Amino acid sequence: MLNISGIDNGYVIDHIKAGKSMDIYNYLKLGQLDCQVAIIKNASSSKMGKKDIIKVQGEMNLDLDILGFVDNHITVNVIRDGKIVEKKNPRLPEKVTNVIRCKNPRCITSVERGLPQIFRLTDRHTKTYRCIYCEEKFSSK
Amino acid sequence: MRHLISPLDLSVEETEEILLLAEDIAKDPTRYSQVCKGKKIATLFYEPSTRTRLSFESAMLNLGGNVLGFSSADSSSAAKGESVADTIRVVSCYADIAAIRHPKEGAPYVASLHSSIPIINAGDGGHQHPTQTLTDLLTIHALKGSISNLTIGLCGDLKFGRTVHSLINALVRYPGIRFALISPEELKLPTYIKTDVLEAKNVPYIEAEVLEDVMPELDILYMTRVQKERFFNEEDYIRLKDRYILDKVKMSYAKEDMLVLHPLPRVNEISVEVDDDPRAVYFKQAQFGVYARMALIMKLLGLSL
Repeated sequence: MLNISGIDNGYVIDHIKAGKSMDIYNYLKLGQLDCQVAIIKNASSSKMGKKDIIKVQGEMNLDLDILGFVDNHITVNVIRDGKIVEKKNPRLPEKVTNVIRCKNPRCITSVERGLPQIFRLTDRHTKTYRCIYCEEKFSSK
Repeated sequence: MRHLISPLDLSVEETEEILLLAEDIAKDPTRYSQVCKGKKIATLFYEPSTRTRLSFESAMLNLGGNVLGFSSADSSSAAKGESVADTIRVVSCYADIAAIRHPKEGAPYVASLHSSIPIINAGDGGHQHPTQTLTDLLTIHALKGSISNLTIGLCGDLKFGRTVHSLINALVRYPGIRFALISPEELKLPTYIKTDVLEAKNVPYIEAEVLEDVMPELDILYMTRVQKERFFNEEDYIRLKDRYILDKVKMSYAKEDMLVLHPLPRVNEISVEVDDDPRAVYFKQAQFGVYARMALIMKLLGLSL
């Protein structure tokens, strides 16, 4: 079994749906961090079968809205001096700003300079987000 | 400050107020000829639309106000690369209210975020066209007496036709509305409107490809033009543009009191032989469009007689 050592100060982003860790890595811009970041793919999980985990040794801008948008079943453990001091459960955010882009070529966001890309949750049940400008539904495909 | 970006920005009660005001204007427009004295409307048309622009300008002139604006992006500062946000900040200094048509969806909404004057969406791409919806509602309200218990046939381009999408969103708020959706397979109403709007509100609808099949059931037939500018592929446009042509024979299947509406311009989809049929009300509808816009301008500017 692959072992990744524990961290002293930082974050463990756990219960990520298998295969989604790179999305989170990109959305949270973890590639820009100077500290150690470990991505564990397909770790065994009693609840999920397989899951991904991200460990960050150091400080980061923890945007729970982004995490909630990607997968609201994720848990985040905040580690201080080697101990879990806080557990966070991201929720499906009402709004996501500048995380995803509208793909509708007829949308004003395709031409207007400086316009933030904002999507609003329009159906919590189906996790549907729509562009606030053209109302196009977001699709990750 | 109130804007009108989507037909649903107005509640049913507010819509009713506007329709009643428009009907009062229709009775004697001269009574309203000084209501907007000293006020100016800016018509900011980033894509050509003679009809809608003239309707807005006629509405403001009928109210005693003035108009300024541009009729294509080429003759505006957009050609120099100015953003919608900057344009509206500047225009807010020149006019009291603005009507914006833009080929990009959401542009009037962006304008409303930066404007210090009321913004009216005069059509944004294939998205919304709320004053056409008000016009359609007024035509039905004025000629049928109410907007309830009606079977409404929507025929033609139901995929890209923004007037159809806006009208459906507005009509489902009234009781006893049923729809017949008549279109070729390629131009069917988008699934999200069927599921999120019609089915979510338990509004009955049927889909048909042949107009005559549903004609006898209809109280309103709303014809639409297949719009060339919405197609990326000209071949598809040519194949689909003349799929439905309303003529005297098809009209013979309709009820005596059915009304034919069309947002205009009409190309081939309604034969000119239908124009003399008393049930063809699309030119009256254009007149109602002016009254609806007069009432809307008054409402957004907070003016009364």
